[in-house]
Amino acid sequence: MSGYIARRLLQGVVAIVGALLIVFVAQRLSGDPVALMLPMDATEEDFAAMRQALGLDRPLPAQFVVFIANAVQGDFGDSYQWQAPAMALLLERLPATLELALAGLVFALLLAVPLGVISAVHRGGVVDRVAKIFAMLGQAVPGFWIGLLLILFIAVELQWLPAFGRGGLANLVLPAIALGWYPVAAMTRTLRSSMLDILDSDYVRMERAIGLPERWIVWRFALRNAFVPLVTMIGVYFANMLGGAFVIEVVFAWPGVGRAVVDAVFARDFPVVQAGVVLAAVVFVVVNLIVDLSYGFIDPRIRHG
Amino acid sequence: MAEAVLPRPLLGRLLRAREGGFPYIAATVLALVLVCALLGPWISPHDAGRIALSEAMTPPAWLEGGSMSHVLGTDNLGRDILSRIIAGARVSANVALYAIVLSGFIGAVLGMAAGYFGGVVDALISRLIDVQMSVPSIPLAMLFAAVLPPGEAMVIFIIVLSYWTWYARLVRGEVLSLRERDFVKLAKVAGVGTPTVFYRHLAPNVLNMLLVLATLQFGSVIVFEAGLSFLGLGIQPPNVSWGGMLADGRNFIEVAWWLITMPGLAIMAACLASNLLGDWLRDTLDPVRRQL
Amino acid sequence: MSAAKLLAWLRPSKRRERPTAREMQPDRVAEPRTGRLEVRDLKTHLFLKRGVLKAVDGVSFDLAARETLGLIGESGSGKTMTGLSLLGLPPKPAGRIVEGSVKLDGRELVGLPEDVLVDEVRGRQIAMISQDPMTSLNPVFTVGAQVAAPIRAHGLAQASAALGMAVDELDRVRVPSARERARDFPHQFSGGMRQRVVAAMAIACRPRLLIADEPTSALDVTIQVQFMDLIERLQDETDAALLFITHDLGVAASLCHRIAVMYAGRIVELADATELYAAPKHPYSQGLLASVPKLGRRGERLTAIPGNPPNPLDLPSGCAFHPCCPHATEQCRREAPPTVAVDGSGEVACWLHV
Ligand SMILES: Nc1ncnc2c1ncn2[C@@H]1O[C@H](COP(=O)(O)OP(=O)(O)OP(=O)(O)O)[C@@H](O)[C@H]1O
Ligand code: SF4
Ligand SMILES: [Mg+2]
Repeated sequence: MSGYIARRLLQGVVAIVGALLIVFVAQRLSGDPVALMLPMDATEEDFAAMRQALGLDRPLPAQFVVFIANAVQGDFGDSYQWQAPAMALLLERLPATLELALAGLVFALLLAVPLGVISAVHRGGVVDRVAKIFAMLGQAVPGFWIGLLLILFIAVELQWLPAFGRGGLANLVLPAIALGWYPVAAMTRTLRSSMLDILDSDYVRMERAIGLPERWIVWRFALRNAFVPLVTMIGVYFANMLGGAFVIEVVFAWPGVGRAVVDAVFARDFPVVQAGVVLAAVVFVVVNLIVDLSYGFIDPRIRHG
Repeated sequence: MAEAVLPRPLLGRLLRAREGGFPYIAATVLALVLVCALLGPWISPHDAGRIALSEAMTPPAWLEGGSMSHVLGTDNLGRDILSRIIAGARVSANVALYAIVLSGFIGAVLGMAAGYFGGVVDALISRLIDVQMSVPSIPLAMLFAAVLPPGEAMVIFIIVLSYWTWYARLVRGEVLSLRERDFVKLAKVAGVGTPTVFYRHLAPNVLNMLLVLATLQFGSVIVFEAGLSFLGLGIQPPNVSWGGMLADGRNFIEVAWWLITMPGLAIMAACLASNLLGDWLRDTLDPVRRQL
Repeated sequence: MSAAKLLAWLRPSKRRERPTAREMQPDRVAEPRTGRLEVRDLKTHLFLKRGVLKAVDGVSFDLAARETLGLIGESGSGKTMTGLSLLGLPPKPAGRIVEGSVKLDGRELVGLPEDVLVDEVRGRQIAMISQDPMTSLNPVFTVGAQVAAPIRAHGLAQASAALGMAVDELDRVRVPSARERARDFPHQFSGGMRQRVVAAMAIACRPRLLIADEPTSALDVTIQVQFMDLIERLQDETDAALLFITHDLGVAASLCHRIAVMYAGRIVELADATELYAAPKHPYSQGLLASVPKLGRRGERLTAIPGNPPNPLDLPSGCAFHPCCPHATEQCRREAPPTVAVDGSGEVACWLHV
């Protein structure tokens, strides 16, 4: 287990360095990186100072080292929109994004777990068929369009829930649905197929033979087994929700990391964009590590393996 | 209960027909998208860019105040929605085709090289795939949207950047497993050149899988492009795109619901169709249902 | 033949000294004469796409308290399906008990509603130990929790008390340091120990009928002998009747008072173990016993009979054994033989004995 974790940790570090490399290359792609790093009204002196600070007079590999050294300290330069360190600005907004991603995950699980379990238990039944159609739509309909429709029907027509901004629970509902929409299909399908296998297993047969109520067998015993394959999926989708809620955040004017980065792209506030990409990569790696660790809690075979 | 004894309910039969038979509806929808893309200017009722303020915000034809000359209504500048959806199909299809062909090509070449040469080449390419896969594609898109001039080329570049890994992994895995197969080893012993072996045995197998993956991804690429254009980072006006139409319509969500509904339905139809067709292709070409 | 196998084979002599169930009934236990379990003309059919599979096709037998009945027969003859039918658990969705009666202590079980079966029968009155200890335990729960589950489900105790009782049961099946091991997960146990855990689950609510479906075929020979001793002791301690399913004649001989031979969903011969081994009456039993010395390894399927096993979806007409039977006549091809009593305790279904 610890060897496995160490290997994953190393992979994570490689991935983050890779992300830094991509950011570095992107900087150079545009011609003069200093032009990206500075506001449009910057003076010649600003340019010279920046070149010096970035070590642009030195050869490329040396520049990369400087870049990495700064990045490790979380230093991607100051946002010129806000005159503050870019990473700090984003970290400030991380809780909002985290809140939204968690809510999205909760929504996805609230829908996927009952759908997946019931469609496995009553295979070919009404719920199974509805879930199938749902799954088809789920993958074909973009979440941000669902978001727009939710705003149209729930917020504008019916006026049940607010459409914009962050606040209480009411504000969270619509964006969470839009964000959690996509993973529902895949989670339902995974859960359904693993439930089908499990309900056909010897140990479930044994549980039936000793007279455990079907309710227990399905929801207490089999479901925990079925969570083992679901956990990877939860990790991947949660990481994607954390690092990819850009469009949803814009649709609902959610004050999270994603919207800040989109604003930064428009304002050509490159330090913030850079920091955003690296932050997303770090979050992705961390979430996946947590998932690897949490396997042990769910599946004792891995804990002791 | 015994399946042989009970008649299958109608809905079940329909779903089964979809699972097994050729998905006519899906194929028709995709064909329609391609026809719009190719013949857009000739078949669209109006010029997609024509502004007619006097006709602004006309609702769809079946509603009160609608008119048959704007079947799906008009936007805030009086531009015909149907014509704009047809024009958007051109952008969507264009981006999707280029992006998929390019990422398929790049991915296949890199995957082939990794599987074929092994060793350092494989290690390097595999690491590259790992890195690519651990940077979520949307932030990456933001990064390049910030440094590259916006437009179709940039959108295609960004999509290729995040999609090539799928093809590379697929091809690499296939080459690796093929190398271990007995008949390939035998062919080598028999003196048949490696390129011949790969051409004969690898190409048909891999081409099938690439075709399935490409069909399945057609829809997801359209969604990706729509998202970028919706943010204003993709296709730029005056070029028409479905995502851009959604962004425009969003400002008028309280007065003209059709502005956000119609382009969304177009995206959904195209994506659903490509998923259904892709599923069908997979089941038909690869009955063992290899994991894609 | 290994030494241990030989040992197992020789054990019947020890066993035969014990009174058979029928002899011991009147004086030892105050059981009604009818016995504990009464199975009459039980038929369980599987309705498959390819046709109807008559997995159990008219099985009848009795079983007294503390008695052990062996059910032997080749693979696919319907042994497991018979056991599952007693629990009212034919495989879903294809399987159904179409006919017959199962009475446990005089109570009819066939036709009881599912919730009554769950609450009062399965695990409570009838329990089953299944074949493969490696897959019969849920991998993500501690063995303590799994043994406690039937105790809780049948309302014998609540959470923590049930766990305590589970530890006692693990003790009873001789799992060393049961208190600590109850917190372990199945993958931390050896095959033999897992089978003990399964046994603990089965006997936790003191069932009156214990069904053991080839409980030892996945175990090493030495572990097998130990486990059989355990089963015997558990049966003594709990007064349960035991239906012991196996295709290993050695094991059956060492453990069972009476033996039922199954072929193609029917019991073709039922007799005291001693009598059956000494003088099998049905041609299929004769073939079976004749083939025994040729069995090299334990666990090998009983297929050393001339001819192939019948196609279960398309059984031969008349006596299903007739294509392989050296004594087959025209009557055998036309009509299925009735089951008749033969000298004393035995029953046989064969035209030769009518
Ligand atoms: N779930 C099922 N679906 C279809 N057929 C089944 C199923 N379970 C058992 N059968 C069939 O029912 C018949 C009886 O099977 P059963 O398991 O009772 O045999 P068995 O005597 O226990 O054999 P074994 O010694 O191999 O365990 C066999 O022909 C088998 O193929
Ligand atoms: S009934 Fe006939 S075929 Fe069947 S076992 Fe007896 S003699 Fe053989
Ligand atoms: Mg069996």
